[in-house]
Amino acid sequence: MPRPTARRGVEQAFEYVEGWGMAVGTHARVLRPRSIEELIQCFALARSEGASLGLRGGGISYGDASLTSRGHTLDCSRLQRVLEFDASTGVAVLEPGVTIEQLWKHILPHGYWPRVVSGTMFPTVGGAAAMNIHGKNNYAVGTLGDAILEFDLLLTSGEIRRCSRTQNSELFHAAIGGLGMLGVFTRIVLETKRVYSGDLRVRAATAPNLRSMMEIMEARRGDSDYLVGWIDCFGRGRGLGRGLIHLANYLAPGEDPHPERTLTVEHQELPANILGVFPKSEVWRALSLFGNDPGMRLINRAKYQSGRLEARGKAHLQSHAGFAFLLDYVPNWKWAYGRERGRRAMIQYQTFVPHAAAEGVFTELLERCHRARLVPYLGVFKRHRPDPFWLTHAVDGWSFAMDMKVSPENRERLWKHCAEMTEVVLRAGGRFYFAKDLVLRAGDPERFYPPDRLARFRQLKRELDPESLLETDLWRRAFAPAADRPA
Amino acid sequence: MAASTPAPQEPAGRSPAPATPSVPSGPSGPGKGGAVVVGASSGIGAALVRRLAGEGWNVAALARRSGELERLARECQGLPGRVFVHVHDTRDVEQVPALFEQIGRQLGPIELGIYAAGVMPKVDRQSYDTAVDLDMLAINFGGCVAWCNVLAGYFRSQRSGLLIGISSIAGDRGRKPNPMYGATKAAMDHYLEALRNRLSEAGVHVCTIKPGYIDTPMTQGLQGLFWLISADEAARRILAAGRAGANVRYVPRRWWFVGTALKSIPSFLFRKLNF
Repeated sequence: MPRPTARRGVEQAFEYVEGWGMAVGTHARVLRPRSIEELIQCFALARSEGASLGLRGGGISYGDASLTSRGHTLDCSRLQRVLEFDASTGVAVLEPGVTIEQLWKHILPHGYWPRVVSGTMFPTVGGAAAMNIHGKNNYAVGTLGDAILEFDLLLTSGEIRRCSRTQNSELFHAAIGGLGMLGVFTRIVLETKRVYSGDLRVRAATAPNLRSMMEIMEARRGDSDYLVGWIDCFGRGRGLGRGLIHLANYLAPGEDPHPERTLTVEHQELPANILGVFPKSEVWRALSLFGNDPGMRLINRAKYQSGRLEARGKAHLQSHAGFAFLLDYVPNWKWAYGRERGRRAMIQYQTFVPHAAAEGVFTELLERCHRARLVPYLGVFKRHRPDPFWLTHAVDGWSFAMDMKVSPENRERLWKHCAEMTEVVLRAGGRFYFAKDLVLRAGDPERFYPPDRLARFRQLKRELDPESLLETDLWRRAFAPAADRPA
Repeated sequence: MAASTPAPQEPAGRSPAPATPSVPSGPSGPGKGGAVVVGASSGIGAALVRRLAGEGWNVAALARRSGELERLARECQGLPGRVFVHVHDTRDVEQVPALFEQIGRQLGPIELGIYAAGVMPKVDRQSYDTAVDLDMLAINFGGCVAWCNVLAGYFRSQRSGLLIGISSIAGDRGRKPNPMYGATKAAMDHYLEALRNRLSEAGVHVCTIKPGYIDTPMTQGLQGLFWLISADEAARRILAAGRAGANVRYVPRRWWFVGTALKSIPSFLFRKLNF
């Protein structure tokens, strides 16, 4: 019997690689390097095969940001070491495959929490930096990029460039939010936040319509550390945009009588069972009974009504993880949309609109959804502030994220509906966020970035990746230089 | 590696850019897609390939013997599904990932994987030959692990697929005639059960088949066979069992009584029995 040899070279497998929302995917070779040397081997391999590489971290982008149907997937999630953490300053040095989950579990016992986290803890820091993610505190602390002090970027030539606000500052601001098109993050230095308790103080408020929601959030953003609105998209007429707001604050030093107990991973963990016995891993099956218009209308209404009760109650304490990672409460909840590959799926259509235009634009979007009978099943509303990154989505204004069900019957209609909504948003000076997007068309991004921004980015890409080794379906769909674009 | 028909290779190149439709079509859904049959040159494996091609599946047929494979490919010409043949020795586990990728690009989405490769060399009652035994282990079980691993990862990633392993009733007890053959099948049973449990969350099913006596080259010359069925009939029943979601299925089913009886005989009696 031939002796089975240890794996030689980069770990790889031929698999189905999917956007998180399940609406797009492709069978591809997935390369899983574990070191910088192996990353360089991947570049060589792609070069020798004439294939491109699509960077992928946790695979949590809803659309095609980490897919490539014309090359191999370069999955960086095995580069997953926390290289350093300084408990006196809260500065963490991370490999790109470290997940947000790993990060908070590592730093919380030292009294720190990441400055910026997404609604799920499974993205990798590298992927999150490439998409420049934001959290429910975007209006107060900015995006993840604002918390990054320095990074190393491995170029396809094999050269590593160290970038910060003072060193290679242009590349620093282009690669954060740069969609993985310029190079691979190999080391990210991140500032984290000192916290004095594992809990947040959380309050709820209800808003009977969109205007009221915006007014409450605007009035409270000065004294809230986190703010997030949930919208029942089924509300119409005077109740259009009705919903529930959650406001949260850090506890001041000394407020938590037992920080040594709350600043533990155990205190943060989301319970695995509901009512102690029913495993949450099976909840999506029950949820899928409601994965249709009447069911979702019912769920949204029930949530709104129970929110009114909650809002009457007093502020309560909730763990950081419990408040932040709402999307992780029900594992695989997206399967409630159906898990039949390629047939049942979801997209999230998230728009970012400047403050002055926001109410009008979001009202029109919701009305259009009702007219098209394509009502989002989940709506999330957040406040944002601008940031200095080249391809940022952030505006001084608001974002509205709408989860839409995709089925074979509505697919074509849904895309047309989104294109019409995009027109409304672009005309109002709005922007889009590519960790979510699957519907923008070539030429759309030009319309919301400052003039020449994309030309500069493409020029930088040509300099740093002259063979265009790094490409994703997202890049080809929405960003490819006009010359390379299909007619 | 000889493909009976030219393989439509999916290009992985950077240019030219494909025409991007404004509405990205959904990925191809599950359905009658590609099937991989490892151990296809004769017996149950060949019968499975014929049957699947007859049903319209595109099948990758793998086996060691190229002559047999080419004959199988010729036999399958004209059937609704296409058959792609690949010469492969399941002991060459290092080949498996690259070969699997090649097959995946040939077939499109794979929905069915069957591990049917197995050998049962005649072993003398007094023989304790490590070389022979480990060779059997490599073919029957090592190859099974290599193929089921790539198939399991692939099926899990696409949340669909049916994995069928052809084990044997010989794995139910440690019998005198061929200790290693039974051991490889017992190992398969255990391994497949674990895969079944691992993959169920992803909607992937794993089916263990325990054939009794099937009229194949493996059973030729054996004495005292009973309840013999043809390889084609076995293939029909195997596919039906897999599709019905059977976990462990004796083929034909009456062998369940034999298997259950065998398993219930206490060891001190079992060792007196002569089979």
